[in-house]
Amino acid sequence: MNNASPSSYDEMFDADGSVRPAYRGYSEWYGNQPADLLRRKGTEAEAFFRRTGITFNVYGSEDAEERLIPFDMVPRIITAQQWRRLSRGIEQRVRALNAFLHDLYHRQEIVRSGRLPARLLEKNPAFLPQMVGFTPPGGVYTHIVGIDLVRTGEDDFMVLEDNARTPSGVSYMLENRETMMAMFPELFTRVRVREVSDYPRRLARSLAACLPNCLPPAARGHQPVVAVLTPGIYNSAYFEHAFLADQMGAELVEGSDLRIENGRIAMRPTQGYTPIDVLYRRVDDDYLDPLTFKPESQLGVSGIMDVYRAGGITIANAPGTGIADDKAIYSFMPEIVEFYTGEKPILPNVPTWRCSEPEALKYVLEHLSELVVKEVHGSGGYGMLIGPTSSKKEIAAFAAKLAARPHNYIAQPTLSLSTVPILGRAGLTPRHVDLRPFVLVSPGGIDITPGGLTRVALKKGSLVVNSSQGGGTKDSWVLDD
Amino acid sequence: MLGRSANGIFWLFRNLERAENTARLIEAGFRMALTRDARDASDEWRSVIVTLGLRATYEAKFGNDYAGPNVINFILRDRDNPGNVLAMCELARTNARMVRAGITREVWESVNDSWLRMRELLARPVTETRLGDVLDTLRRQSTQVRGAMEGTMLRNEIYNFARIGSFIERADNTARILDVKYYVLLPSISYVGSSLDNVQWENVLRSLAGERAYRWLNAGRMEARGIAEFLILDSRFPRSLAFCYGKLRSNLAHLAREYGGEMAAHAILQEADCDLHNTTIDAIFEQGLHEYIAQFISRNTRLANQIQHDYRFID
Repeated sequence: MNNASPSSYDEMFDADGSVRPAYRGYSEWYGNQPADLLRRKGTEAEAFFRRTGITFNVYGSEDAEERLIPFDMVPRIITAQQWRRLSRGIEQRVRALNAFLHDLYHRQEIVRSGRLPARLLEKNPAFLPQMVGFTPPGGVYTHIVGIDLVRTGEDDFMVLEDNARTPSGVSYMLENRETMMAMFPELFTRVRVREVSDYPRRLARSLAACLPNCLPPAARGHQPVVAVLTPGIYNSAYFEHAFLADQMGAELVEGSDLRIENGRIAMRPTQGYTPIDVLYRRVDDDYLDPLTFKPESQLGVSGIMDVYRAGGITIANAPGTGIADDKAIYSFMPEIVEFYTGEKPILPNVPTWRCSEPEALKYVLEHLSELVVKEVHGSGGYGMLIGPTSSKKEIAAFAAKLAARPHNYIAQPTLSLSTVPILGRAGLTPRHVDLRPFVLVSPGGIDITPGGLTRVALKKGSLVVNSSQGGGTKDSWVLDD
Repeated sequence: MLGRSANGIFWLFRNLERAENTARLIEAGFRMALTRDARDASDEWRSVIVTLGLRATYEAKFGNDYAGPNVINFILRDRDNPGNVLAMCELARTNARMVRAGITREVWESVNDSWLRMRELLARPVTETRLGDVLDTLRRQSTQVRGAMEGTMLRNEIYNFARIGSFIERADNTARILDVKYYVLLPSISYVGSSLDNVQWENVLRSLAGERAYRWLNAGRMEARGIAEFLILDSRFPRSLAFCYGKLRSNLAHLAREYGGEMAAHAILQEADCDLHNTTIDAIFEQGLHEYIAQFISRNTRLANQIQHDYRFID
């Protein structure tokens, strides 16, 4: 598949090559820019990212080199009208995710009703028995969610993946906008784009709204102590952890800074101990508490799960939310949305074959060269097969793996993802994109930042947008009415 | 503020200060070496290596060969010298990343920028032609970090730990330079007034960025006692021991106010500060300059350790 594929929907140009309404303002501006200016700005942007330190560490790379995620200067633009529909769909989905999590860890009505097979929960490492019967403060499971959307046509947005654990990338959403505004200020006076920069404040407010149960109602006036828990400076998303802590005015802590004091999780400052009310953790469930999960973990806090269950701290996102974005559960999302909201899903799923089902497996094995096959627990674009771009040998090797452990895989059609132009050597040239909007959940409601992170496959024809696989990012605009 | 962050910010500024001081030391050494014949130039470079406490590691690699380019590259970028300048810049930056949420964007960016530039400049061996540019960049980058800090940081505990790191390191550097140089110069003290002597003393001042200030205060007279007095006791000069301790006193006092009490470190400081106030240069020379400085350095180290302990830098 390449970009010549006539079936790809381009978001900037229609089939006749005319500019679509969303891009009109941008296109007029673009037409007036000398080509060498834009190229020079590209170099400037890179220097800006380097100086700011917006880098990520690549797992397994020998010299632990920090890399930049390539930034493309052509924005991805969404109209106000499109966004309204998207936000309704996202809100519905996130509401369902939280209701689903509450149900899974309590009465499991959805299983009793026969809509979700019980086997999906049994032996699923993402389902945490420690959370059964426990309700997180404020009833919120996923304080922060990233919903990955793909588009195949004018009104055809689909959910590719839900990220309900510790979604990352929001710092790129913010810094990409900063970069664009610094490089092309006049562009923003011509095109009205909705603001994203107050995300950290909204995040802080949202987290502070979920005080742990140990605080008496009288503590309402008390300024909650929020901390961001990072695995440390060698983590691939460390920049983002530090960035968010800085922007929220929260303390950035590592496991070794924390201990239990009087039934609370407390930080070790230069004097005394300070109990933490809300911990925004960027450490996976498995590493959160060596007493409960992986005993060898040095990244978490021993005993934090006990403190949590006793109401001594709020953990965001709640442990055990991974069950909701498990790829095996994903295929049931339309039923899940309907079950908890009583409404038809506004945003459809990508059609998905569950290889655990014999019929589906048979189909998938026969059509591997047309399909994308993913590991149920994988992430970051590792361990997947993209049929159309794989050799016969690769497909045969993958077929063997798949046949040996079918329950470990799901398959999806190779979608003709929409394209947005990037600025190449010869001007604008289309590349495939996806979109990850960021959603905040608090007892007060659901808050979606207009826009999100657009990831773009920089290689011609490629459908893999993951930064670990050479993808880049774009500033994502939602137009103001 | 976390104990770990206090440690990070303290070492961030110690490393920056050390890198800057090292640059000055090389600069002064280079200038001397240029005006000497080969043998005297070697002596000069040896004294730079000794001042930095690198003699054993250096001689393990190069023996007694103190050729300029060897010395310069050993100090600036040689991996066989774990305390090379590039490593200092990298340590500073790693610490800055660790305390990223405690410093302003301006401070972080200038530290990061400084590391990026040094990494580029020191990617290949430094020739004598390029040396000026490298040292100049290093000094300018430090100035930039200091400016960013001065202009944007809140004057809270974080700022005070940063300053404490800078002044502990600076006092240590000034004391070491004075000590080593004094030894080198000892034989020439009897030749007070000879031109060689003047150049040597001027060089001490130059490695501490004090030549102009001293000349201005002393109408150009170079004299061992006067220079020692200037570097130890003159609290107007920002690299003198008295100045550094004056700053440490106010930074530690700030912490005592913020935390509502003094710690063991305050007592050590009090003692050192008292000494600097109540002594005269004559008394110091009577005790012996070397003894005086050795005592100062050891107490300075003790103070640093006590601060790290009092404020729980490490669990």
